[in-house]
Amino acid sequence: MNRTRITSGESGPARKAEAAEADQRGARTAAARRAPAHAVGRGVELLKRRYHSGELGSVPVVLGLFLIWAVFQTVNSHFLSPRNLSNLSVDIVGTGMIAVGVIFVLLVGEIDLSVASVSGLAAATFAVLSVNQGMPELPALVLAVLCGTAVGAVHGFFFAKVGVHSFVVTLAGLLGWYGLMLYIMGTYGTINIDDRGLVAKLTNFYFNDIAAAYGFAALGAAGYFLASWLGARRRHRAGVPYRSPAEIGLRTGVLAVVGFAAAALLNQFQGLPLALLIFLVVLVGLDYVLRRTAYGRMIFALGGGVEAARRAGLSVALVRISAFMMSGTMAAIGGIFLASRISSVSQTSVSNYLLMNAIAAAVIGGTSLFGGRGSTWSALLGVLVIQSIASGVALMGIQAAVQFMITGGVLLIAVVIDSLSRKAQKAHGRV
Amino acid sequence: MTYTSAPPLLALRGVFKRFGAVQALADVDLEIRAGQVIALVGDNGAGKSTLIKVIAGVDPADEGVIEWKGHSVQINRPHDAQHLGIATVYQDLALCDNLDVVGNLFLGREVRRFGVLNEVEMERRTLELLNTLSISIPAVRRPVASLSGGQRQTVAISRSMLGEPRLVLLDEPTAALGIEQTAQVLDLVERLRDRGLGVLLISHNLGDVKAVADWVAVLRLGRNNGFFDVTTTSQEQIVSSITGASDNAVTRRTVREGEL
Repeated sequence: MNRTRITSGESGPARKAEAAEADQRGARTAAARRAPAHAVGRGVELLKRRYHSGELGSVPVVLGLFLIWAVFQTVNSHFLSPRNLSNLSVDIVGTGMIAVGVIFVLLVGEIDLSVASVSGLAAATFAVLSVNQGMPELPALVLAVLCGTAVGAVHGFFFAKVGVHSFVVTLAGLLGWYGLMLYIMGTYGTINIDDRGLVAKLTNFYFNDIAAAYGFAALGAAGYFLASWLGARRRHRAGVPYRSPAEIGLRTGVLAVVGFAAAALLNQFQGLPLALLIFLVVLVGLDYVLRRTAYGRMIFALGGGVEAARRAGLSVALVRISAFMMSGTMAAIGGIFLASRISSVSQTSVSNYLLMNAIAAAVIGGTSLFGGRGSTWSALLGVLVIQSIASGVALMGIQAAVQFMITGGVLLIAVVIDSLSRKAQKAHGRV
Repeated sequence: MTYTSAPPLLALRGVFKRFGAVQALADVDLEIRAGQVIALVGDNGAGKSTLIKVIAGVDPADEGVIEWKGHSVQINRPHDAQHLGIATVYQDLALCDNLDVVGNLFLGREVRRFGVLNEVEMERRTLELLNTLSISIPAVRRPVASLSGGQRQTVAISRSMLGEPRLVLLDEPTAALGIEQTAQVLDLVERLRDRGLGVLLISHNLGDVKAVADWVAVLRLGRNNGFFDVTTTSQEQIVSSITGASDNAVTRRTVREGEL
């Protein structure tokens, strides 16, 4: 396993930190090449400025992830094997989907403690409808997901309209929806879902053709390049600052390297997992919604200052309710993926760790608990950290107790970084 | 100061506002003309902020007539005021710290293109606006949390300018600022006046008031207590009017002259 492969299991989102690292490496050797050197210098400058103003974003978590992988790899050489990393890439999807929903709620400065119960409720709804009631899988799946959306709307209503603290509303949800899940499961302790059905395919389908993984990697890099290049051209024409071609080239290059390395690695096992592809598409799509639409801007605005948002004429209550609906919906989707992974739904599907892992993933990945800062990519990074620890500990055959202690430590570090960067920003804001 | 025969931009006549047992405003009159800076001064609790909120539509008046360009209007909601062309910059700036300057300026009125944010156009218009107002901000793509107090205040004021208002209400814009930053904001207030806008400025700092205002309206205990031409009035006269130490007969005469 060479160095490229070690970094390669990372998918697209690591590119920023990856680029930053490449920038630093490049900075030493780039004296001769002037145009790239300009971009590299700007990158280093940006990183320094971000460090001082507390906007490190995903840099610490990427470094942490490398560290965790390096440690487990030295302890057990199977850790970075294609098989283990491929399994890891599917294991992260269920919790990752839930974490993406949690990020919406965290961004508006609130918390959702009910996501694990909602994911269990949705999975149980699906299983009961499709297996016990004989409904076809697709409508059952849609109903289960809508069930999560509705639950989120209920939470949002009690929080935004009635004015109950989100912690309490969703704590009640945590208990209540778990109870409802047990109720609809009835006397069945476990319901096995059709392991050749649509839902089972979500996590057991792999694109065996190696062209698929390479194709999507190429598509991703090409799409990124095209979007950046068109954006830069528009900005250039409008006379506002724009990214230099060298910078765009560098970023695309890093993304392509990461993408193709990941594709090569996945192709050594069973090919590109459908679950991973869906997860990445969801991340890209919701990232676009958050950063490029008026709705996303409202979500961020609420996290940055509710009063400011209200005075700007935003309907605060509606945005809040929608954030909880996103959370409920993504929890339901995550629950379906988790059920798909084990081809069954059981009364113990809702573990205490699922909730903690989902919220921890969002926070470890760099989304602030204080609202207003974060991105969907932190779900990927955070859940990668958590599942890597789980997977490494399992490979080493040591107690799960150790896993909790390590994950707890990592979460603490992540929150400390969050708090410190908030402090740094405040200090910076009062120059 | 040139007077036009046109009716005042905004005229309040006999405005009353009560909060429970507190009579916050009683029979208050005020006139603001285009191209004028009116300073609204008074002791704590004199009703300055209440008056601003009445005009901005946040807390509508209980009684009284509001005239906009000579026509009687109703301002019952913030939206009504904005619709008329009244922009308000509150004391607590109401900026989202985590958004950049462009994001804050266009919050709630984003420019869209094919349904998604048109960041390029918003950034171009931001640069254009800041340029017109001669405001220098280091980078419009940085979160406003990283700006200084004066810069944040200028961002808040330029934000109000996006809707091309005719009247700008500024609630204590220099209260938390240092000398240099105060100077920046006062420069901006003058540029607003030069562009033909009416400005109503609440301030505790009589130095600032003397520097930029054309007229000073004094409120005391929720009532008018004088309307002075800054160029012909001494600071002592204004202070005594604020504290209530002045001769009432003189004050009333001045009021009458001011409202001619």
